[in-house]
Amino acid sequence: MNLKETDIKDFLRRYSVAMILLIMVISLSLFSWRFLRPANLINISLQTSIVAIVAIGMTFTILTGGIDLSVGSVMALCGALASGCIVRNGFPIYTAILLALIIGVGIGFLNGLLIVKGNIPPFVATLAVMAISRGLTLVYTQGRPISGMGDDFVYWGSGKIGVLPVPVIILFIIFLISYIILRHTRFGLHIYAIGGNEETARLAGINNDKSKIFVYMISSFTAALAGILLTARLWSAQPNAGVGLELEAIAATVLGGTSLMGGYGGTGGTVVGAFIMGVLANGLNLLEITADYQRVIKGIIFILAVMFDIYTKKEKKKG
Amino acid sequence: MIEQNNFILSMENIIKIFPGVTALDDVTFRAEFGEIHALVGENGAGKSTLMKVLAGINSPDSGSINLDSEIVEIGSPGKAQSLGISMIHQELALIPYLTVGQNIYLGREPHRKIKTFIDWKKLYKQAKVQLSRLDMDIDPKTLVVNIPIAQQQMVEVAKALSINAKIIVMDEPTSALTDKETKILFRVMRHLKDQGITILYISHRLEEIFEIADRVTVLRDGFHISTSIISDISSDDIVKMMVGRELGDLYPKKNVPQNECVLEVKGLSSGKLLNNISFHLNKGEVLGISGLIGAGRTELARALFGIDTFDHGEIFINGDSVRIRSPREAISMGLGFLTEDRKEQGLFLGMSVRENITISVLKEFSSFGFPFFSKLKTLTEKFIKQMNIRTPNIHQKVKNLSGGNQQKVLIARWLNLNPRVLILDEPTRGIDVGAKAEIYTLIDRLAGDGVGIIMISSELPEIIGISDRVIVIREGSITGEFSREELSQDKIMQCAATGGIDES
Repeated sequence: MNLKETDIKDFLRRYSVAMILLIMVISLSLFSWRFLRPANLINISLQTSIVAIVAIGMTFTILTGGIDLSVGSVMALCGALASGCIVRNGFPIYTAILLALIIGVGIGFLNGLLIVKGNIPPFVATLAVMAISRGLTLVYTQGRPISGMGDDFVYWGSGKIGVLPVPVIILFIIFLISYIILRHTRFGLHIYAIGGNEETARLAGINNDKSKIFVYMISSFTAALAGILLTARLWSAQPNAGVGLELEAIAATVLGGTSLMGGYGGTGGTVVGAFIMGVLANGLNLLEITADYQRVIKGIIFILAVMFDIYTKKEKKKG
Repeated sequence: MIEQNNFILSMENIIKIFPGVTALDDVTFRAEFGEIHALVGENGAGKSTLMKVLAGINSPDSGSINLDSEIVEIGSPGKAQSLGISMIHQELALIPYLTVGQNIYLGREPHRKIKTFIDWKKLYKQAKVQLSRLDMDIDPKTLVVNIPIAQQQMVEVAKALSINAKIIVMDEPTSALTDKETKILFRVMRHLKDQGITILYISHRLEEIFEIADRVTVLRDGFHISTSIISDISSDDIVKMMVGRELGDLYPKKNVPQNECVLEVKGLSSGKLLNNISFHLNKGEVLGISGLIGAGRTELARALFGIDTFDHGEIFINGDSVRIRSPREAISMGLGFLTEDRKEQGLFLGMSVRENITISVLKEFSSFGFPFFSKLKTLTEKFIKQMNIRTPNIHQKVKNLSGGNQQKVLIARWLNLNPRVLILDEPTRGIDVGAKAEIYTLIDRLAGDGVGIIMISSELPEIIGISDRVIVIREGSITGEFSREELSQDKIMQCAATGGIDES
């Protein structure tokens, strides 16, 4: 009897988000005939894929009980760096992309060092790095968009393989890698362990510091990658790209069932969470609700998702 | 040198200094192959510190450690494990949202050819074997959060066994176990001993030590006091060495309850947790609530105190029917609740003794939000003196006090509010004999002042020693009630475990 109840709760906790997404898709397709058109669906997945890629990296940090607020700025900085290197310095595009990714990972390393060695809470450390990265982006771009990167670069954001946009395929690959890391590697298990109980993890001989630094490097890597894809999709690097994106990435993560307290969740839910946000935005567009109101609604959904997380945790403790 | 081989472990002249206190002062400790060696002492005596040095958690300031007659440097928990030293910590330290198997092999996961990847099949197969060594028939794929505390404790043991340790340190492993589980644990311990594994066993329960240990070492205030073969020593000797003085009667029972009912509960029910609970409590009475862990004792206290809601039932205070919907209301009606977990639910560990004691009465002692510090100081000093709280000054942070003194600080906070009823949930858990005696005296004195006391405890000698009356709870129902004269351990255990005494 008892076991069954916990099974049902686990099931609900695990799949409720997927069901919400399904219900949203069904009701939106009833509301608006445009919703289910292939062009619209592909558009949603293209828009979602960039947030989802960032959110996957964010999930790693949140699983350890941390957070990464710098992702939006890192996106902008790395997008701008890649474009700038091509347009201003004439670098070959893959050299430029590689350089931007390396710098992105470097920022993650810095985040990790500040948190682990500097003992600064993740919230504060990444908030500071967020300001620094945004500032550097504005300095580097002089506040103006950079464009003219050429078709080969733009392909990564706007091209298609078959019917699928390239960023969607990249999202799929990133998700697959993240899934393997979290479910099948020792590093992945240790991420959950650290989020669950840091002291226990340390006593079990796990190198917490190394794992945590690595987690922030992953988060910055996905942010840098998303920044490059976004730049390629928009054909230009915007100095204010990714403003507020950390909220969307955190919301997607929490909506996807990953606990903000760490130790529970996964990237599968995060991708579904990101799609909920994407479908919602699209639906609100179709219903002709303005972007300003959409922000309000997103904020409310974020709060509800966090409340749901806390509520189910409490139930667990009682039972 | 050959005769020294009898010792698997010798820790020589260990000194460990923490800021402000010498935790270990030139302690030498030796353990033989395949013995169960108990380590006793009051809190702060240095037992845990000594074991943490052995487990690589604390590094000693001086001294050497010999393992198998070889000098070793134990720099980290990982190193300790690789040397075959495993420690089960006092506080449960499993990771709730990982499975049992993942917890057992955390940090030592069986891997595939490429070391990065975990071999899940192998992990769960091995975990199953470890669990069956402890007679545990649970699926290693169960999440730890879904199994009861007692089973979690056994998982800790399985975890320690799984590293094929030569030395296993157990720091109060039975504090959350039922008698039955304790028996299983003891059987496993003897079995391990026969295999030549050395077990270092920290416990506050002397009966257990006499049941299981071969030798016993007493520490006091960071010094090594004695090491003896268990049959050469009596319980009284141990206690004397632990506290360094003669201990009076552990249970001072002077007070007689009055005939006036202060709290009455009628038909309290809450889901599956509590079922038709009725009892009364008189002024100046100590009512013991006994039962196994998870029987519903804490749930009853939480419902009374307005923390959890209940479905049916009535509560009367001084004869008036009352509704208690929050702890705030409970406090205003004169209830106090000393929670089971003082660190998580009671104390502000990073705050001072004064702040902890006076936080409940700040309002009365301030004007326009500004506290009168001199009055708070006087009040705090009064309690420190009255309750014999051992602290260097009123500004000491509570986390630096011993468990017993922390508990006294918490009780002082409640006394500030002059409660009519004080609920104590496991008030002596994890505190040493000396401090226990002081808390019992305190309880008796409070009862003498007319406070009604509800005392929840898993320790039978304690509940028998201190209570005027005892009710036993099993699976959410009252299965027995005994006056002081009728009390015996057997009767309580029978009610707690099987649901009542044969009435035929």
